[in-house]
Amino acid sequence: MKILIVDDFSTMRRIIKNLLRDLGFTNTDEADDGKTALPMLKGGGYDFLVTDWNMPGMSGLELLNEVRADDNLKTLPVLMVTAEAKRDQIVAAAQAGVNGYVVKPFTAAVLKEKIEKIFERIDS
Amino acid sequence: MGNGNHEKGQLDPEFEAQLKSQAEELKQQVDAGDYAAAMRSINDLNDVRDQSLYREVGRLTRSLHEAIRNFQIDPQNAEQREALSKMTDASDRLSYVVEMTDSAANRTMDLVEEAMPKTNALKEEAGHLLSEWQRFRRREMSADEFRELSRRVEHFFASVSTESETIYGSLSEILLAQDFQDLTGQVIQKVTTLVKEVEEHLLHLVVMASHVDQMTGTDHQLDDSEKTPDKKASGKGEGPQLNAEEREDVVSGQDDVDDLLSSLGF
Repeated sequence: MKILIVDDFSTMRRIIKNLLRDLGFTNTDEADDGKTALPMLKGGGYDFLVTDWNMPGMSGLELLNEVRADDNLKTLPVLMVTAEAKRDQIVAAAQAGVNGYVVKPFTAAVLKEKIEKIFERIDS
Repeated sequence: MGNGNHEKGQLDPEFEAQLKSQAEELKQQVDAGDYAAAMRSINDLNDVRDQSLYREVGRLTRSLHEAIRNFQIDPQNAEQREALSKMTDASDRLSYVVEMTDSAANRTMDLVEEAMPKTNALKEEAGHLLSEWQRFRRREMSADEFRELSRRVEHFFASVSTESETIYGSLSEILLAQDFQDLTGQVIQKVTTLVKEVEEHLLHLVVMASHVDQMTGTDHQLDDSEKTPDKKASGKGEGPQLNAEEREDVVSGQDDVDDLLSSLGF
């Protein structure tokens, strides 16, 4: 299971990376915005995308739209981990095809629950 | 900014009085059929308007200059000068906040990452020793094995002692690393004060500019797109929302997000 973590703040990437490691996901890569992430994703090999929303260059929502528009990536599970907390935004992310939405600040338990839920749904 | 008598939306009282009296004069002259005098009055009116306009533009320029100058905070003592020499403007200060929080977070995570494997190793060794010890209690252990166990127990005690000391050290360093909150808080407060001041100055400038608009009879047409900001969620994020509890359009936590998503069929 290879996971790409996209966030413009390296501390947040590191926190998520550590939490994922505790959950048993040790194979992770990092990107600091959508522009960097997209070519990595298109390069293939990723099974899961964890992305922030508010980033310079390409935002998380724009990245999500790109992913859903790409034939090879459109089924990639995407979890949004973000400080964006407006109802409109959550609805927009859901409409764009996000698989899970976690608002910052979050706990390890919440991240675990959302990730497990996403995989449950995929497996079923 | 020295314009206390200059209320919002009001013209200069002197200018207003002149405008009124000369307009009346003009009307009387026109009524009386004295057109030469009327033309002179119109000229006078123009002069009054021009002079007031120059005065307002002058005031506006002066205020703008003052506002720009006030954007710099003068250091009050040596300590502040020291601090300010490193960060001469607000954006530098905010970058400093980002740096401070970044280094504190990384320092903390370094220490946590160091400590975690240590506690794990201790836990594993303790578990192993416990099962060996239980074997010994059940008399399932040979004398040789017991000698090996006692050596291992002694080694474990020693490592518990040193490792606890290291972990305790890490914990107190983590505690210390939280000092960024105090430091960055102070910087942010300063920047907030500065922003408030600048906002006030800008408001004054807007009021002054409106006087100039009144004199010149300018009426600004705003595009509809400018008046109504795009309400749909745009691709660009907005960052953390403040006072989320008091706002209808913002969720107040993960539970709200989950409710909203499940209402959408998630």
